[in-house]
Amino acid sequence: MHAYANPTRFLAIARPLTPWLLGLGLLLVLAGGLAGLALVPGDYKQGETARILYVHVPSAWLGMGGWTSLAIAGLVQLVWRHPLAGIAARAIAVPGMLFTALCLATGSIWGKPTWGTWWEWDGRMTSMLVLLFLYAGFIALTNGDDAQRQGGALSRGAAIYALVGAINIPIINRSVIWWNSLHQGPSITLGGSSIDGALLWPLGLTLAGFSLLFGAIVLMRMRRIIADNRVAARLRRLADEEE
Amino acid sequence: MKAKHQRLVLAVVALCGVVGAGVLAASALRDEAAYFRTPDEVAGGKAAVGEAMRLGGMVAKGSIVRQADGLTIRFVATDGKASVPVEYKGIVPDLFGEESGMVADGRMRADGTFVADRILAKHDERYMPPQMGDMPKDMKAAVKG
Repeated sequence: MHAYANPTRFLAIARPLTPWLLGLGLLLVLAGGLAGLALVPGDYKQGETARILYVHVPSAWLGMGGWTSLAIAGLVQLVWRHPLAGIAARAIAVPGMLFTALCLATGSIWGKPTWGTWWEWDGRMTSMLVLLFLYAGFIALTNGDDAQRQGGALSRGAAIYALVGAINIPIINRSVIWWNSLHQGPSITLGGSSIDGALLWPLGLTLAGFSLLFGAIVLMRMRRIIADNRVAARLRRLADEEE
Repeated sequence: MKAKHQRLVLAVVALCGVVGAGVLAASALRDEAAYFRTPDEVAGGKAAVGEAMRLGGMVAKGSIVRQADGLTIRFVATDGKASVPVEYKGIVPDLFGEESGMVADGRMRADGTFVADRILAKHDERYMPPQMGDMPKDMKAAVKG
């Protein structure tokens, strides 16, 4: 695993990969979005409002997937001290929070015409809001902690915070099963999908597309953090030479 | 033991502890964190008369009756095991209807009727094109193969 610990070797892969992820991601999101808006029929009961699921579901998936990766990065940093782990965690936090916010916003917009309310404190919505706050906490913890001196590594506290926060992920996932809630149960399970195939396929496109975009954003942010660290290191060397 | 392994063991033990605590807390919350009570729970005596609560269930088929004042509706909320009559005066969401889910804020009256101040429609996890929604269930199964 430490083969890619060398930022130069990581950058040799990340640099050419970024435009591919970005381009393909945008293409898939655009195709899935257009198909979801224009090609597939609305839902038999909700009508046109159901189409928001092509953004809502990928947002929820990336908000939760983001924290899962962030927690794994925290573990890798704590145990193996991998130099890229902290950089990855920092890079994931902002798009993760963004997609969590997007999930809450689209859910709220859908909830008003469907349920008759913008917001209710049911298990799913509350645990998703907690995830948003967890991201905000992580960003606050890692912002301005003199990352450049640590080479982008997380402080031990931030890494533990990332791990402990992961307990919320299964809670979000199970919230509609453990507790009766206003939010409906899972549509897509290992046993199959209760979203009809005619409405399902654009979701595959947007899911893949948003995921690739997420990957591109993370790679770009990681590259930026590495570049910042290098600039800081060079400035420090210059300052030392002058003394 | 290498320091790396020591850290790994420590992290795994701590993680198991945190997960265990989370699961325990979540299961202890099971009743308290429920968003609504079901008709079965109400029938089991879980709802005191006059206590503010939420009732959730399916609107029984053919049970919606509009009262003479034109605003008040009465219907039966059911979960297949028990049912509770509900009375509500006001506007219901578009998706409110028979044989679909709803959640009502309100309180039980002494005569066993739930008086709602607010009604929300609950959507289920099924999504399908309009043509299929109108089909009877067995026909849908036939179309799906």
